[in-house]
Amino acid sequence: MPERTRKSRPQKESSETEAQEQPTSEARTQEIDELLDEIDEVLEDNAEEFVRSYVQKGGE
Amino acid sequence: MAMPKICGIETEYGISVKETADFNPILTSSMLINAYAQPAFKRVKWDYEEESPLRDARGFEKAPAEGAPEDDSGLVNIILPNGSRYYVDHAHPEYSSPECSNALDVVLWDKAGERILERSTEAARATVMQGSRIHIYKNNSDGKGNSYGCHENYLVDRATPFPSLVKHLIPFFVTRTIYTGAGKVGAENGTEEIAFQLSQRADFFEVEVGLETTFKRPLINTRDEPHADAEKYRRLHVIVGDANMSEVATLLKVGATAIVLQMVEDDFITDDFTLRDPVRTNAAVSRDLTCRRTVELVDGRRLTPVELQWEFLRLAKKYAQDNDGDASTDEVLERWESALEGLESDPAGMSRQLDWAAKLSLLEAYRERDGLEWNDPKLRLIDLQYHDVRRSHGLYWKLARAGKVERLVDDDSIEWAVDHPPEDTRAYFRGECLRRFSPAIMAASWDALIFDTGDEPLRKVPTLEPMRGTRAHVQSVLDASADAGALIRNLSA
Repeated sequence: MPERTRKSRPQKESSETEAQEQPTSEARTQEIDELLDEIDEVLEDNAEEFVRSYVQKGGE
Repeated sequence: MAMPKICGIETEYGISVKETADFNPILTSSMLINAYAQPAFKRVKWDYEEESPLRDARGFEKAPAEGAPEDDSGLVNIILPNGSRYYVDHAHPEYSSPECSNALDVVLWDKAGERILERSTEAARATVMQGSRIHIYKNNSDGKGNSYGCHENYLVDRATPFPSLVKHLIPFFVTRTIYTGAGKVGAENGTEEIAFQLSQRADFFEVEVGLETTFKRPLINTRDEPHADAEKYRRLHVIVGDANMSEVATLLKVGATAIVLQMVEDDFITDDFTLRDPVRTNAAVSRDLTCRRTVELVDGRRLTPVELQWEFLRLAKKYAQDNDGDASTDEVLERWESALEGLESDPAGMSRQLDWAAKLSLLEAYRERDGLEWNDPKLRLIDLQYHDVRRSHGLYWKLARAGKVERLVDDDSIEWAVDHPPEDTRAYFRGECLRRFSPAIMAASWDALIFDTGDEPLRKVPTLEPMRGTRAHVQSVLDASADAGALIRNLSA
């Protein structure tokens, strides 16, 4: 069995490192925009029709 | 003394085929599973003999009439070498994880299930369903009033009075939604319209306690089908949770629930947190994104959902101190505390840990960039596609790749868990027998394997003890058995 990644402690960033690593709001906006652009590439076409036709009958 | 919380998760996945409006979900689910299954594992039948979904934990058996499960015995139903069950349940492909001994293992084998569905989709697209656009979602609602389940299962001491479970679990379940919710755009099932809520499932719960799972859904489900020694055990079948993409959410959901169950078994909780109106409160908690609106207890106290969860955590920490907790319990306690701290100060800031917050942050980013109103279909699409099991298209996975969500298990471990069982429950014996002796296994279920070695009558090997059949128990006998016949002889020796 491979060694598992066990991050046994929740990540608690100290306020100091947070301050150092916090990107500027401009950089953060750009990062989010890039992520949204990437998501745009894979989002299904024609959202309205796609969502309308997703119907599940029966379960549990 | 509370018993170890052997646990697992069964997930019904949403399924659709685009551009084929009248696709048959049962047939498509069968084709999907068949496309994945290797021939060696496909011919081992599921053994239904021990199934009794209408037995009620309150001590009676319901006549199979209204709401009776359909007879699915003719449908595809296989056992995988990781000890899981992969089958068609009603109109969905369903993956039931193998039995695990702790919450982090449940996370791993639950993720392995997603990977199995992803591979099935690829296999189906490449073969039987060439050219068709099959989509699989790990969510709980189609947004149109149809819900399908993600059920947790916990081994519970038969001696624990069922009313004690009901009493303590209802306030716990109703408020754990603040970290287990997978998030949903809109409202369903005749409930009041809302832009976004914490839970996929809360709109569908209408009674406090009951046997049903498909209508009049109860906060506490009473199905009494232990799949183990019924004299000693119950299997608590929890239907109130959401299917989680977030590993942290699954860890908290299963880990915290397991600890609460142990406390109930040991009669440790002397407080009474009984809610004045649990069903309405369940819906209200899901609809409060601030997690700050108070809920009312029968004794008149008013607490926020976070405060009520702090009460359970306070008890859990004391319980762990009194009972020499282990490393996996400590991890759950720390993450539980960290989640409550986050939810107390800035709920929406929990987007790295919790599904609903991750989904909400993505929706808000789209709303801001594109100026979308909450009723825009694009937001519903994002809600749905968050749960797509394909890592190339699933938006949860886009966030994960971008480092926006915290992971607990790595991809190599998930790949390993696709083909290997947990080593410290009876799933090990089941999975290893499948892997080593599948031609000689005629049928299997959670609590038995039936061997056909050719020259003898069929031999049933019961596995009624979920904590036996572990690697430590059976590896040597498996290694010493060249074939199934030898295994049967060695087991009877």
